[in-house]
Amino acid sequence: MQIIQPHYHAIARTAQDYERMAMSGVVAVAEPAFWAGFDRLYPETFIDYFRQISEFEPTRAAQYGIRHFCWVAVNPKEAENPTLTREVLKHFPEFFAKPTVLGVGETGLHKSTKNECESLEAHVELAMRHGQLVLIHTPHLADKAHGTRKVLEVLAGMKVDPERIWIDHVEEQTIKPCLDAGYWVGFTLYPITKCSPKRAVDMLEKYGTERILVNSSADWGPSDPFTLQECILEYRRRGHTLQEALHVFHNNPCRFLGQNPKFDIQPIRVETLAEARV
Amino acid sequence: MLTPDQVVETYFLEARHQLLEIAALLDRLDAAVARAGREPGVVATAKLAALREAIAVLSAELPTRERTVALLELFAQA
Repeated sequence: MQIIQPHYHAIARTAQDYERMAMSGVVAVAEPAFWAGFDRLYPETFIDYFRQISEFEPTRAAQYGIRHFCWVAVNPKEAENPTLTREVLKHFPEFFAKPTVLGVGETGLHKSTKNECESLEAHVELAMRHGQLVLIHTPHLADKAHGTRKVLEVLAGMKVDPERIWIDHVEEQTIKPCLDAGYWVGFTLYPITKCSPKRAVDMLEKYGTERILVNSSADWGPSDPFTLQECILEYRRRGHTLQEALHVFHNNPCRFLGQNPKFDIQPIRVETLAEARV
Repeated sequence: MLTPDQVVETYFLEARHQLLEIAALLDRLDAAVARAGREPGVVATAKLAALREAIAVLSAELPTRERTVALLELFAQA
């Protein structure tokens, strides 16, 4: 089955991931800009990082037949340095022009501070002004509900197109208000700290499959890109068809990411040879 | 060996994850019951009863014996 990994931090992973993902059906990954594990001090560090994910990573993925796309952002954990954020934002337009950059992300909130909210607003405003897609990180664990409400508040005060915004890491207590407001949402599968494959399938069964993305968010911490395949297995095991699985795990990413014409992978429909009259 | 605080700190997230999985399982059951058009609470299998009893065992702050042993014996009868 063909699969798209919509949220994958490739620079933190080895080529073995690419090889195994390719062998298990992954045809494309999208890499949001991420926190490096420490707070970066210089705008130039971000610029080189953006060059890495927009220029180098596509070549590494291509060796395994995987398309690589990316996003640019100052991660919410680094938003406490507004001067740095402003300096880095100035460089975004040059990356928007690159052939594999899909938009602004992952911006969002970590502790929902004033600086973080201002950074989120600046990111979204810049993205909207340049016609870019937006990927928004919501906080983990104890801050999840409060931080997600805050994200929705910030967005509600702005002129945005909800269909071009993906609010990520939603869980059972945060999915409904995000969908109700018209945004795309993402389930992030982690071994321990976020959503599990089984819970993701529960939410797909409860809320339907429209405007929902599922991703593994593999990064440099305890994470596993194959939680996505685990989720697909769970989905299929519960009796959902191959076409339904393709709808969620391949076609939905095509629909959201494809709003940027650079993402040119098309949705797939399966049919038998008899149906196709070949 | 770990101190009491270290035990909680070390295993909190893992336990949180496991409890959420159990919560999701019970929600999944409720949803399946609703889809089948059955009344809530009508599913009464030995396995489900064992799970509910196990949850009660875990809720006791001062159990009379090791929880793991109690659960293994409970599940052996399910």
